[in-house]
Amino acid sequence: MGLELLVASAIGILTAAGMYLVLRLRTFPVIMGMSLLTYAVNVFLFASGRLTIGAPPILTDAARYTDPLPQALVLTAIVISFGMTAVVVMIGLGAYLGGDDDRVNDPAPETEAEETT
Amino acid sequence: MMHWIIAPVILPALLAPFIVLAARYHFAIQRVFSIAGVLSLIAISAGLAWQASDGTVTLYQLSDWAAPFGIVLVGDRLSTLMVLLTSVLALFVLLYAIGSNWDKRGWHFHALFQFQLMGIMGAFLTGDLFNLFVFFEVLLIASYGLMIHGGGNLRLRAGVQYVLFNLIGSTLFLFALGAIYAQTGTLNMADLAQRVALIDLGDTVGIRVAAVLLLLVFAIKAAIVPLHFWLPSSYAEAPAPVAALFAIMTKVGAYAIIRVYTMIFPPELAATDGLHSIWLMPAALVSLAIGMIGVLAAQKLDRLVAFSVIGSMGMVMVAISMFTPEGIAAALYYIVHSTLAAAALFLIADLVRTGRPSLALTAMAPASGAPLTSALFFLAAIAMAGLPPLSGFVGKLLILDASFDGAMAVWIWAVVLGTSLISVVGFSRAGATLFWKAKSIPVPEDAEPFPAPAALSYVAVGGLLALLVAHTVFAGPAYSYVERTAAQLFAPDPYISKVLETPGKLSSPTKEVY
Repeated sequence: MGLELLVASAIGILTAAGMYLVLRLRTFPVIMGMSLLTYAVNVFLFASGRLTIGAPPILTDAARYTDPLPQALVLTAIVISFGMTAVVVMIGLGAYLGGDDDRVNDPAPETEAEETT
Repeated sequence: MMHWIIAPVILPALLAPFIVLAARYHFAIQRVFSIAGVLSLIAISAGLAWQASDGTVTLYQLSDWAAPFGIVLVGDRLSTLMVLLTSVLALFVLLYAIGSNWDKRGWHFHALFQFQLMGIMGAFLTGDLFNLFVFFEVLLIASYGLMIHGGGNLRLRAGVQYVLFNLIGSTLFLFALGAIYAQTGTLNMADLAQRVALIDLGDTVGIRVAAVLLLLVFAIKAAIVPLHFWLPSSYAEAPAPVAALFAIMTKVGAYAIIRVYTMIFPPELAATDGLHSIWLMPAALVSLAIGMIGVLAAQKLDRLVAFSVIGSMGMVMVAISMFTPEGIAAALYYIVHSTLAAAALFLIADLVRTGRPSLALTAMAPASGAPLTSALFFLAAIAMAGLPPLSGFVGKLLILDASFDGAMAVWIWAVVLGTSLISVVGFSRAGATLFWKAKSIPVPEDAEPFPAPAALSYVAVGGLLALLVAHTVFAGPAYSYVERTAAQLFAPDPYISKVLETPGKLSSPTKEVY
């Protein structure tokens, strides 16, 4: 019971903090918030196979085992979110260095005179 | 076992690294391989569509592992139709990118293009929800690169928005998958279809949350109001051929909604009762209205086209959220139409841009190549606004007809017909300002003339419009095909039994040695 409470509240706190940061509208906090959200979802996926302590994630003669599939899912999710974070950091840096502005939302209409080609 | 069904995924996956590694500095070779790859994709997907046309469900078990433990690809009428549509669209987009030299304005256009195709094809063919997530990520990460192809500050900023919005979508997708797995212990679509129906009604909290989360994720992809805010900037700032290819990306969301909400959470399922009619239908009607009002309000041609994409996705979702065989059939007919029409409009916006300093909807001096461009714009606008004689009109008629007996008929008729009028006004205002008023503006004498667009660009746009004409002329056969596709979707038992009962490794544990 104690473990469930710990994991559940960890997911909740990570998600709440992540959501708060995502709504900050500047690239750096938003990217930090995205990372917290991906931590939260990774722990959530991990817990989706039920929490079992001290059992191998493989079928053996023993009766107890941990569901191995969520671990595979989490591994995939970690790799993908790591790659995505790297991409968004690069694009965000490019936008900041090019435009001298790290806001995420659209610029005000009067500054929109610059035209992409 | 027949291996052709995995070819649409494998072929671009092999071609892309080859283009990066072997042909990095040779644009001519990149172009040849890219075109050859897309042509063979068309041939393969036409073969797959022909094979699925009699109702056969083709199953491919990777490494021969049996479902639900192994990963499966499934080809039925719907997925092969979407695969064929994607590869045909890709050919014309690629021709335009080559004709207009867009592919030379940055690095790795062709490699990213192939990776994008790989992701889209995989998303259409997979029979597993987690793989759907993985292929979404493949197509997204390629689209991030394509979206900022050519650089520029506005484009990079729009790219940041696009990436962040989609990352949030991916996180939601993972939460939904976790909830589904926690409740059912499987992520295979066919297996889920059976298990979700067995869940006791009092115990459906997890699966209901998951159903709503999944709908949100797919709604982000399909740009349904209120989750459409990423689309106008991204599509307007993306390079034209990329925006044209993205016309199929919103349809990936529509496809996923059709697939998941006819098979796993069908309308008659008590646990998710009302999700389709109470939530999805009004959202679709509002998207349609917002999109077409955006067409009227847009001050630049690229934004106008982006809003018309939102409007046409709203139209598609109105038809889908009826969740009747007639509604889905009309939606599929309209999906083919709106993909081709939206792609053509994005390419035409780029043709207009090559002759003018900007795309602002103000009168400017006539540009070289304007007569042909304006003729193409006229045709594409007729198609997108849904005026006779092109396929947009036929599609709209099918949607109105399908809704006639439903409870929402009055709302659907009012919104569809009202927004049609608004979009006609919006498109004719744009066309009149861009092409007609240009006659009254004298060309400044010292101005350098803009180069006329290349002939190949016109071939690409003309090809897309010719497909629209064909889609209209052969509307009868096309509709009877999508009707059969919808019938297959509403009788999923052959699909499910094919996926779950085909033998493979692990399907008979007694014979296996652990």
